[in-house]
Amino acid sequence: MSDIYLDNNATTMVSPEVLEEMLPFFSEQFGNPSSLHSFGNKVGFALKKARQQVQALLGAEHDSEIIFTSCGTESDSTAILSALKAQPERKEIITTVVEHPAVLTLCEYLETEGYTVHKLEVDSKGRLDLDQYASLLSDRVAVVSVMWANNESGTIFPVEKMADMANEAGVMFHTDAVQAVGKLPINLQQSNIHMLSLSGHKLHAPKGIGVLYLKRGTRFRPLLRGGHQERGRRAGTENAAAVVGLGKACELAMQHMEFENTTVKAMRDRLEEGILAAVPYSFPTGDTDNRLPNTASIAFEYIEGEAILLLMNKVGIAASSGSACTSGSLEPSHVMRAMGIPYTAAHGTVRFSFSRYNTMEEVERVIAEVPEIVAKLRKLSPYWDGNGPAEDPEQAFAPVYA
Amino acid sequence: MWDYSEKVKEHFYNPKNAGAAENANATGEVGSLSCGDALRLTLKVDPDSEVILDAGFQTFGCGSAIASSSALTEIIKGMTLDQALEVSNQDIADFLDGLPPEKMHCSVMGREALQAAVADYRGEVWSDDHEEGALVCKCFAIDEVMIEDTIRANNLTSVEEVTNYTKAGGGCSACHEGIENILSRVMAESGEEFVAGGVGSAVAASSPAAASAPAEAAPKTDIKRISTIMRVLEAVRPRLQADGGDCELMDIDGNTIYVNLTGACMGCQMASMTLGGIQQQLIEELGEFVRLVQVEKKADQLVGIGG
Ligand SMILES: Cc1ncc(COP(=O)(O)O)c(C=O)c1O
Ligand code: FES
Repeated sequence: MSDIYLDNNATTMVSPEVLEEMLPFFSEQFGNPSSLHSFGNKVGFALKKARQQVQALLGAEHDSEIIFTSCGTESDSTAILSALKAQPERKEIITTVVEHPAVLTLCEYLETEGYTVHKLEVDSKGRLDLDQYASLLSDRVAVVSVMWANNESGTIFPVEKMADMANEAGVMFHTDAVQAVGKLPINLQQSNIHMLSLSGHKLHAPKGIGVLYLKRGTRFRPLLRGGHQERGRRAGTENAAAVVGLGKACELAMQHMEFENTTVKAMRDRLEEGILAAVPYSFPTGDTDNRLPNTASIAFEYIEGEAILLLMNKVGIAASSGSACTSGSLEPSHVMRAMGIPYTAAHGTVRFSFSRYNTMEEVERVIAEVPEIVAKLRKLSPYWDGNGPAEDPEQAFAPVYA
Repeated sequence: MWDYSEKVKEHFYNPKNAGAAENANATGEVGSLSCGDALRLTLKVDPDSEVILDAGFQTFGCGSAIASSSALTEIIKGMTLDQALEVSNQDIADFLDGLPPEKMHCSVMGREALQAAVADYRGEVWSDDHEEGALVCKCFAIDEVMIEDTIRANNLTSVEEVTNYTKAGGGCSACHEGIENILSRVMAESGEEFVAGGVGSAVAASSPAAASAPAEAAPKTDIKRISTIMRVLEAVRPRLQADGGDCELMDIDGNTIYVNLTGACMGCQMASMTLGGIQQQLIEELGEFVRLVQVEKKADQLVGIGG
């Protein structure tokens, strides 16, 4: 039996169709798109096509609004730093406590540089308070950066509405849509979103390619200056093969949008329902009424996530605990803590994230394996006693904390 | 995924002594807030001989926390309480063939649970004397609290000094930004200002602190210096040669020392440990900061590859 990959919010497999499209650009199509001769020219046309494929998926008005970058993180940094550079008199940033480190770590650094960062809180289901947001919008704010969908819980933020509010107040709006693109229908020409980040490897394109969408007319200062690539807005010779791959991946995502929101969603729902029914003291996290169709985040109380992942890995199931990018940290996930999940549960949160390459058969296998794994670890847990949590668990086990 | 040794995996998949020891007469409960791990250790101690007859653990934690707990109980069974108290967290890590630096605190938690259990048995109150901070230097598993305390105790003012006292920063140097931030913060407490040294630092002449430093750190004369370097390297060679490896001096360029480190541990994690370890010895012997760099034997390839 082959292994089951349910960690598509961390990264996805490159589609065979995408790979096929890319391969010539490592061999015969090696020209520099900026060159005049025919070697370069053909590559130039391929990039143009890819730009239009991305434009179509995002519903952008112009293909020149698409800037290719090296990853989602670069797009996030470029957007936020550009807003600060272009409006030096504005020293405030609005973001949320549950952003990806690509935004949060940058904002924390900017705080040490003298900027004021307002981080919007979330409630127990991971939702924002738009009144609080409205009260913070002012002409001191250089940029609002709010993610479209959360990578850990899948919770969707009302970014289109928030962009309207920002626009009304004359404030630039950026969204990290790395998790949303390809999973949710997006139509940027009808929105007030000024800047949007996406990352290829989350939608079956390769790693190391990203896009910054920049609405025409939005003031901009490049992060990388140099050659005239990307109209001087992101210098550096294009990663042609990856750009072509991303274009194809966007085309495929467009074709599968309905599949994602019906069949993939049905697999996710079945998995969640199956596990919650079979495992006592487990619950879903985030806003289950308003989330990505492919993501289930389940907290298993009284045990720890990494131990769960290791045992699942042993039986060939790949999932995640917290953000894959934060797995080097010891802290419980900042997203779970922000939602006020008690820490005996926050540590045991597992994220299952699907793609169109998963099957219902795999779902049933996971439902069959997980309860046993959880039971095995609970037997080792000091909070657990026989068939249930120790009576008053916090009381039964109260260690001295270092 | 973490790079766990086979031994860690073995103790995680099939932990020994899981659950409470029967008829236990000593219990230690400790936790580490920074990582959310917690451990209850129960012991059955023979009242006459103080020999640990049985030990059991219950752990809320990651793979290496469970493996460390299992290892701990295996190590201490059959020991007297006094013998058991001699067990260090490094012993627990060694028993498991090593832990990743981020996970060393799991072994610390094991040792603390043991101290707490012994205190419980003896009717004493155990209090934790070890405060744990965020991991700053991954090469040498040094945390923030350790660096802060060392800076305060010794009035350190530079990253090099922090490296000399704690090892932090002596490896890949990726943590230097973090160490500089800690220096700025701690030095500000006593009204001092941190001034960076090296490339990109403030103009030295304008800084009295920097101006007075060189006299003390005057480099040893070349010959004396080279012979010190050779002596340290000669001392480590037999150990490497025993494992089919070797460490040859290739070149010295300012404070960069090029060596050809070969043998069984090349290419694995041990190579950097060994490089880091030797570098540290050199730093201590020379009393100056040096960087040890691995090169292949073909010395003529050393020049002119740049760009
Ligand atoms: C929400 C979000 N933003 C940004 C990123 C970073 O993207 P990249 O890995 O392309 O830099 C990720 C990937 O984990 C993400 O989930
Ligand atoms: S992390 Fe500190 S030297 Fe490598």
